[in-house]
Amino acid sequence: MRRRGIQTVMFFLFRTASAINGLALLIIVFFLVKNGWRAINLTFLTRPPIDSMTRGGIFPCIIGTVYLSIGALAIGLPLGIASAIYLNEYARKGVVLRILRFGINNLAGVPSVVFGLFGLAVFVTWMKMGVSILSGALTLGFMTLPVIIGTSEEALRAVPDTYREASLGLGATKWQTIYRVVLPAALPSILTGGILALCRAAGETAAIMFTAAVFYTTRLPRSIFDQVMALPYHIYVLATAGTEIEKTRGLQYGTALVLIALVLGMNIIAIVYRAGLRRKR
Amino acid sequence: MTGCFMGTHQQVKGAIIRYVFFLLAFVSIAILCTILFFLVKEGIPIFGKVSVRDFLCGKYWYPTSDPPDFGILPLIIASLLVTLCSAAVSIPLGVTTAIYLAEIASAKVREIAKPMVELLASLPSVVIGFFGMVVVAPFLQEAFDIPTGLNLFNASLMLAFMSVPTICTISEDAISSVPAELKEASLALGATHWESIVRVILPASLPGVSTAVILGMSRAIGETMVVLMVAGGSAMIPSSVFDPVRPMPASIAAEMGEAPFHSDHYYALFATGMVLFIFTLVFNFIADYISHKHGQVGASTL
Repeated sequence: MRRRGIQTVMFFLFRTASAINGLALLIIVFFLVKNGWRAINLTFLTRPPIDSMTRGGIFPCIIGTVYLSIGALAIGLPLGIASAIYLNEYARKGVVLRILRFGINNLAGVPSVVFGLFGLAVFVTWMKMGVSILSGALTLGFMTLPVIIGTSEEALRAVPDTYREASLGLGATKWQTIYRVVLPAALPSILTGGILALCRAAGETAAIMFTAAVFYTTRLPRSIFDQVMALPYHIYVLATAGTEIEKTRGLQYGTALVLIALVLGMNIIAIVYRAGLRRKR
Repeated sequence: MTGCFMGTHQQVKGAIIRYVFFLLAFVSIAILCTILFFLVKEGIPIFGKVSVRDFLCGKYWYPTSDPPDFGILPLIIASLLVTLCSAAVSIPLGVTTAIYLAEIASAKVREIAKPMVELLASLPSVVIGFFGMVVVAPFLQEAFDIPTGLNLFNASLMLAFMSVPTICTISEDAISSVPAELKEASLALGATHWESIVRVILPASLPGVSTAVILGMSRAIGETMVVLMVAGGSAMIPSSVFDPVRPMPASIAAEMGEAPFHSDHYYALFATGMVLFIFTLVFNFIADYISHKHGQVGASTL
């Protein structure tokens, strides 16, 4: 009886611990919505900031974030899928595979600010791209690469071997099998992973601080060599560097709300879509 | 004859494709090496001015005073302290949540609780930093009657919630992959579900759980925006958890914008990045070692 009692108490504690995580998420979202929804209107979403960023909107930041994250995906997705194909379809167990995995795991562990330094030293300075969308997108693309490799590999692994055997048995080459059979079967899951990577890039701040983002710019970017404003960096700037931090509190909450609406929205789409895929399987 | 020719043609083509994919997969390694190379290249010049020992063990970080002081010991200590304090919260929370999700929760609860953890992971760090600044800091200031709510304690708490998803997801994988036979054997011997979890399932999944914990801590030590916005920014060795601190990532992010290109300050920040990189590398080495050396206990090893 006592042993059952202990179990009941412990399970209750575990349940509470799990609830704390959900609660933390809800509290953060609640505060942002409560304090931010008033800031959100058509002007806020479609106009640039005015009066030294104490009024007006965040349109340039939204555009900047969209460009940067799509640019990052354009670099990370092809590379990530190709890496995953090599790891899952071609590589044999051994030293090479071990080195590759070790490298990818370590790349995943590199702090975002170190990626920022890397982007500054390599793209901005050495390759002379300057502080630009291109530098930022490359930095973010390489940063999200391990995420894409991970999810793509999982997607490829989930394709049953019978598919490959059937295709090879019909006389297709290895590449034809991968290109015509394995990839199409894995594509939905790979794209879900792509969405998650896109979210990660959209929310990232430290990696674009020295490579792509600026405090304030009056014009929208016209080429990939222009600097941009970005939502995460804008929140940081307004919350820490402005002269009227208290006065722009509403704008800060509003910007944060737009950013998490974007990120959580895309994540929820990915999660629901993935759940649908699993059920189908 | 033609068939034979076609065969070799196909083989050559296959080999080329295979080689291309091999090269593309190596891009990750190339990036990792480039990062390391440029950190060293841009960081080394500082050691012409300050010895490695003075840089790592110097107690004063005043990079802009005249003469400047480039001692990053307070920054290293701050980084280690926020990581340890956040681990004190994130390890129990992350591991218990993982056990709950893998062992206790019903399928229905899991379908809601798991996405919750994933969504928590997806919150941008700048948003968590912002939340810590405008909501948690004033609350702490009032509740504990301290001069500033932006301090070691607040930063650790925010960091904890950033590393919980990492710890939880990887631990859960480890716990779920413990063979069902082990659990069934334990239950059949009369142990309760709880006893089976503590005595059988958890020990069996310990390598995976340890890996999860280390990766979570690695994430915490490298996290930038939270410590930049919430830790307070004072480059002193703290004497209490309510003192403001300046961990390495915060220092780099805050000062790089103002450090003149190729100045001593610039080199010093790259060298700090190098130290930070080495810390995360060590964490990853340990995680890799544990997961390879002590592979998951499986049915075959019984």
